[in-house]
Amino acid sequence: MALVELRDVAKVYYRDNLEVPVLERINLQVEKGDFLALMGPSGSGKTTILNLIGGIDVATSGEVIVAEQDLGKLSRKQLAQFRARHIGFIFQLYNLIPVLTAFQNVELPLLLHKLSPKDRRERVLTALGIVGLEDRAQHYPRQLSGGQEQRVAIARAVVSDPDILLADEPTGDLDRTSATEILQLLTRLNAEYQKTIIIVTHDPHAAESAHDSIHLEKGVLSHAPAAVRS
Amino acid sequence: MKLLRFVWVNIFRSKRRTVLTIVSVMVALFLFSTLRTVITSFQAGVDFAGAQRLIVRNATSLIFPIPLAYRERIASVPGVTKVSLANWFGGTYGDGRQFFAQFGVEPETYFALYPEFILPAGELETFERERTACVVGEGLAKEFGWKIGDTVPLKGTIYPGDWEFVIRGIYRGGDDTVDTRQLFFHWDYLDERNFQGRGNVGVYIVEVSDPNLAPKVSQEIDQLFANSTQETRTETEEAFQLGFVSMMGNIQFAVNLIGFAVVMAIILVAMNTMMMAARERLPEIAILKILGFSDGDVVSMVVVEAMLIALIGGVLGCLIARVLFEQTHFTMGGMFPSFIVRGTTIAQGLAISLLLGGLSALWPALQANRLREAEALRHLS
Repeated sequence: MALVELRDVAKVYYRDNLEVPVLERINLQVEKGDFLALMGPSGSGKTTILNLIGGIDVATSGEVIVAEQDLGKLSRKQLAQFRARHIGFIFQLYNLIPVLTAFQNVELPLLLHKLSPKDRRERVLTALGIVGLEDRAQHYPRQLSGGQEQRVAIARAVVSDPDILLADEPTGDLDRTSATEILQLLTRLNAEYQKTIIIVTHDPHAAESAHDSIHLEKGVLSHAPAAVRS
Repeated sequence: MKLLRFVWVNIFRSKRRTVLTIVSVMVALFLFSTLRTVITSFQAGVDFAGAQRLIVRNATSLIFPIPLAYRERIASVPGVTKVSLANWFGGTYGDGRQFFAQFGVEPETYFALYPEFILPAGELETFERERTACVVGEGLAKEFGWKIGDTVPLKGTIYPGDWEFVIRGIYRGGDDTVDTRQLFFHWDYLDERNFQGRGNVGVYIVEVSDPNLAPKVSQEIDQLFANSTQETRTETEEAFQLGFVSMMGNIQFAVNLIGFAVVMAIILVAMNTMMMAARERLPEIAILKILGFSDGDVVSMVVVEAMLIALIGGVLGCLIARVLFEQTHFTMGGMFPSFIVRGTTIAQGLAISLLLGGLSALWPALQANRLREAEALRHLS
């Protein structure tokens, strides 16, 4: 069974009593270990797909099955537990907590797991080691460059060893050099640590790092490569 | 709690705002403690009252005396174990600005009725022997720097003339409800210089063998003197003291009302600040929720933070009031024998602090609870 499966998924938002359809009959399968890029213009529904897979939004109709769980049947509390266990999020603007050090930011997801302080510390340092920032553990986000902040965010995403990493425009706010470093890091996480990665991007260069890419146009999958069946 | 460390970090993220919020809560609770202590100090005399003591006074008014001749008849009432007497003196000391109570008492019987006044045996004996001797409370002695052997000059108002008393004893209180700002001297000495005539007593203090006998004994004493020219009114010491408190009824109401208004105004300002601080943190709360923290986790984080700030302010406000009034022996210009912030007042203050914290966290906590991750993510972007 695919790690991620979307079956006839539709999503409609309601704004000021207006119905705004965002996704229409989306069918998608992502296998374990895939590295998939979701591309498309703004408003095409890329982030919505990511949110549905990550369990931070629910489909209006259809089924979203991730890690063998039908997310539409989970309560809010169960969804929170699902996210803590299976998903690592990487955002365009990093979204680190400014008053916490890099170490403390990376440690946050581990507070949801039953670990001793010693184990937490080891795992945090390992995660920071993977992104090459062990020496910046006690730095605050304001003391880091954009690229470093995103690397801390990636460490936070991988620290609890989730099945899937969901990255929404992870290089969108970075210069070319930092963006390349982040893409290399994601490629390494996919290759060495077998993390399934779904990345939303406008950047063709970023999409090239992925094994496959799909295009969304007005809420409809317009292009489906080999790994993706629509 | 999973996010306790985060709560601690949040409290100090904006030090200036946190300090100002804590200070406003502190001021509010200091005022609360002070005003509440005004009320409890009014009540202190009532708390001090012994359950087995009755006060016999003139039925017409406390300002009219009753005859010394009543003493034996009162003592003969079944259930009465001790009888003593006292007269309010009402003299002024120095420039008269610092008021304290003075009573003419019968040394041999008075202190036996009031074991709360702790006086060394040797000092009591000396006091009993010397006609012009007096005993003062340690609060009064400390305030005026008096020591045994000093002379206290008083100017009589009810009993005109200049009066001098030599301090032969300094008593201390058995607990903090005991008034240690009083002066006791010989009733005999007062009686012999009384221009209104001898043999007049202000009040009798009567001890009964059983507090349950108090209503019966009171009735019997008053019946003894019914239809005489000087009828008596006998009541428990507590009821007697409550009579004084009720005279202050309007003042208490005004103190309560003004205090409530001032404290509420400060509390509302503090609440507003705390709500703003929590609201600003909503994007971070969204991140926590996306990472997998539950609605309960983030709500408890918001509530604990607000309550902690309010509690710190409350503890400081109450403790400063307690220490300040205790160390400075504050008496509000002699209005109260002891002005001590009681444990119950501190407990009430801390409860108010927690309530304030809880109320200020209510709206942000609701917002945090309602926050939907996808919606929050759009704002974050």
